[in-house]
Amino acid sequence: MPERRLMLLAALLTAASAFFLFWGLKGPVGFILELRATKLAALLVVGVALGTSTVVFQTITGNRILTPAIMGFDALFLLMQTVLVFLLGGIGYATLPGGAKFLLETLVMMGAAMLLFALLMGRGRQDMHRMLLVGVIFGVLFRSLTAFLQRIIDPSEFAVVQGAMFASFGAVDPLQLAIAGAVTVLALAVLWRIAGELDVVALGRNAAIGLGLPFDRLVLGLLALVAALVSVSTALVGPITFLGLLVAALAHGIMRTHRHAFLLPAAGMLAALVLVAGQSLFERVLRMQSTLSVIVEFLGGLFFLYLVLRGRIR
Amino acid sequence: MISIRNVSHRIGQSQILRDVSADIPDAGITALIGPNGAGKSTLLNLVARLLTLQTGRIEIDGQDIARTSSRDLALKLAIVAQQLGVASRLRVRDLVGFGRWPHHRGRPGPEDEATVAEAIASFDLGALQHRFLDELSGGQQQRAFVAMGFAQGTDWLLLDEPLNNLDMFHARALMARVHALSRPEAPRPRRVVMVVHEINYAAAWADHIIALKDGAVAACGAPTEVLTNPVLSALFGMEIRVEELHGRPLILHHI
Amino acid sequence: MRLSYLLTATALLVLSLLSVLVGAADFRLQDVTADPDALRLLLTSRLPRTFAALLTGASMAVAGVIMQLLVRNRFVEPGTTGTTEAAMLGLLCVTLLAPGAPILLKMIASAMAALVGMAGFLLLLRRLPPAQPLLVPLVGLIYSGIIGAGATFIAYQADLLQYLGVWMSGEFSGVLAGRYELLWLAGALALVAYVAADQFTIAGLGRATSVSLGLNHAQIVVLGLVTVSLVTALVVVTVGMVPFVGLVVPNIVARTMGDNLRASLPVVAGLGGGLVLAADLFGRVIRYPYEVPAGTVFGVMGAAVFLWLLLGRPARA
Repeated sequence: MPERRLMLLAALLTAASAFFLFWGLKGPVGFILELRATKLAALLVVGVALGTSTVVFQTITGNRILTPAIMGFDALFLLMQTVLVFLLGGIGYATLPGGAKFLLETLVMMGAAMLLFALLMGRGRQDMHRMLLVGVIFGVLFRSLTAFLQRIIDPSEFAVVQGAMFASFGAVDPLQLAIAGAVTVLALAVLWRIAGELDVVALGRNAAIGLGLPFDRLVLGLLALVAALVSVSTALVGPITFLGLLVAALAHGIMRTHRHAFLLPAAGMLAALVLVAGQSLFERVLRMQSTLSVIVEFLGGLFFLYLVLRGRIR
Repeated sequence: MISIRNVSHRIGQSQILRDVSADIPDAGITALIGPNGAGKSTLLNLVARLLTLQTGRIEIDGQDIARTSSRDLALKLAIVAQQLGVASRLRVRDLVGFGRWPHHRGRPGPEDEATVAEAIASFDLGALQHRFLDELSGGQQQRAFVAMGFAQGTDWLLLDEPLNNLDMFHARALMARVHALSRPEAPRPRRVVMVVHEINYAAAWADHIIALKDGAVAACGAPTEVLTNPVLSALFGMEIRVEELHGRPLILHHI
Repeated sequence: MRLSYLLTATALLVLSLLSVLVGAADFRLQDVTADPDALRLLLTSRLPRTFAALLTGASMAVAGVIMQLLVRNRFVEPGTTGTTEAAMLGLLCVTLLAPGAPILLKMIASAMAALVGMAGFLLLLRRLPPAQPLLVPLVGLIYSGIIGAGATFIAYQADLLQYLGVWMSGEFSGVLAGRYELLWLAGALALVAYVAADQFTIAGLGRATSVSLGLNHAQIVVLGLVTVSLVTALVVVTVGMVPFVGLVVPNIVARTMGDNLRASLPVVAGLGGGLVLAADLFGRVIRYPYEVPAGTVFGVMGAAVFLWLLLGRPARA
């Protein structure tokens, strides 16, 4: 029963969140709670955004081993930071208004995703793998350009950019968090409304068009949503590649249904659960600071290999 | 003669061939026929040592293929396997030229050039010989590979569904060509073994037929013996009418 | 064909001459006979640097074309299939376990790791549906991402992240006589590949065709694996990875000359060496007197060319 499993997940997530908030509470309680609540909110937003966007992306591409993170969004994000530093200098970059910058970043990333897709659709090729590969290589191009620019800018200003290279849940700007939360909620609302259409999209382009769905238009919109979700999480905490892959596979495995009305919340909650529980473990129990993202990346990668070797790549 | 004795083959859980014994005679064209999954291609690939023999024994003109080096076998038989998506960017002439490789191992001589030219002319590839393989249609690629197998200059030529991808004009031209090459009056008669899907090509051109079903030999012999109503009806599990045209069977399986 | 050889040779000569003349220190060719300092600069820095770039480019391009024939896919090279990352991982491990090990030992450890990484990729490939050629590079990129994540994880724990950076972006500014000679080994491997050119071409036609021609297919695959992983390890250990050389160069050459390695391999090697040298030269002058690594320059150029290849090809490629 998918409903029961969803309830269970929700209960687990609530418990993990409570643990994260209240475990080992000492000193100025109010201050610490506020700090932890901000962090928790960031973890939840990022988790939900990554989990749902990966499921949607896999549905669009008809493939269970891909994640939107390989499409080079994270690289574009880093390139934008570098270009901003390059143009404005380190001080100019640091004094940019946070909210506007964040919105701008999100918009540019959505635009890039749509452009990429339109470029390939416009040439009359509905060749999903080609599109993905082009996305990946754009990512490599962006990364190389970033490295190139970093060599050209002043070494002291280079340090500013380097801070954004690794995902960090340490310091999150409340304003950015609020915007990110709003974008995520909006995207989720849209996805929720079209969960039924997503079930049909999963059948593939030919079947979907045969069933009367405006497939190309729908996919374009969905990709924009995916781009929004990915850029929100990247802009908030930096690049995370394999988490989405991990939770999407888990969501499919646990829910054992094709219905996105169940898959999407499951994936979102699973990702949030992994992040909250992982962060609790690292921060409270193991007392390590910023290695969670590295561990998640590594485990997610191993899991991907397992998927391919089991032959579960459809 | 190719003699196949007690050959069984499994892939994973499924038994593809069960204790197959058959002789492929020393003349003309032998066609392997049978329904999908009967084990035709597996048997051909075993003879061509593309698959490793699990049990049983296969001899080609008295040579045990399990004890003969792959290099020596390359001078004895050539196989044209089914081509799945050719990725290579070779010119047709270069490809056919590689058929001579077992003979010259990298240093082609004048007689190699002559054989390649003959193969290109013989399979009507003159106009295509300087084109790149990946720019040809599936049927043209198929012809180039058959020409390469021919250029290998072996007594035995094994073809796995050579008519795939060919339109009716080229399919008939290829069969006629292969048939002419396998006649005793040809300058150097080849012995041809082929897996054929469209049974009427076997009926029109083959000298010997081996019918497989469920991994075992269902029937073998001359076309007039094998391609009959009772044999074919049992083989394919449906009633099949067989007429006669110019002394050869004509199978009306499509109506 | 003659023309391609001639063009390649001329371009290489011009680039080499430029490479000898351009650099941070003042240098004029006519001083060499009179001024011992100029001669020393030529022999210890400018010439080694030129050779290093040429050898790196040539051997990486050859490794790339071998890999493309073995995998039977145009869109792979050591850097996009986990081989480079595995070489780095091996190098990282040996640096951690035996920091004082001689460079040859480190190179061997790195080559072994590269071999395992590439074999792993070939095993992965067997699981992929054959009809989807573009899935191969995608999976390769993810696979190399995973190995890279593993290397980053270990480097992060051991505080060796800056090493990864060095290995990842090929740089020739540190090349001096006595510190690059291992690369000649990579060049020698490229020559070995030329001897086996026919075999690699046949292997590119698939296992069935190879076996039919009496070729020991497994032996060729192993030869290719060993060549590619040794070249990769040698380059990573001495100057660091130059991305996309192995991918872009064979593709450009194959467009006009095809895949018959006997004819095309010299051009592949020449173009690879020339392009890497050009990238190095560009990096030397773009922000003179500071330098941008050749690997970074080539990363930008190579990715752009790859995109052009992807978008410019017919759908059935």
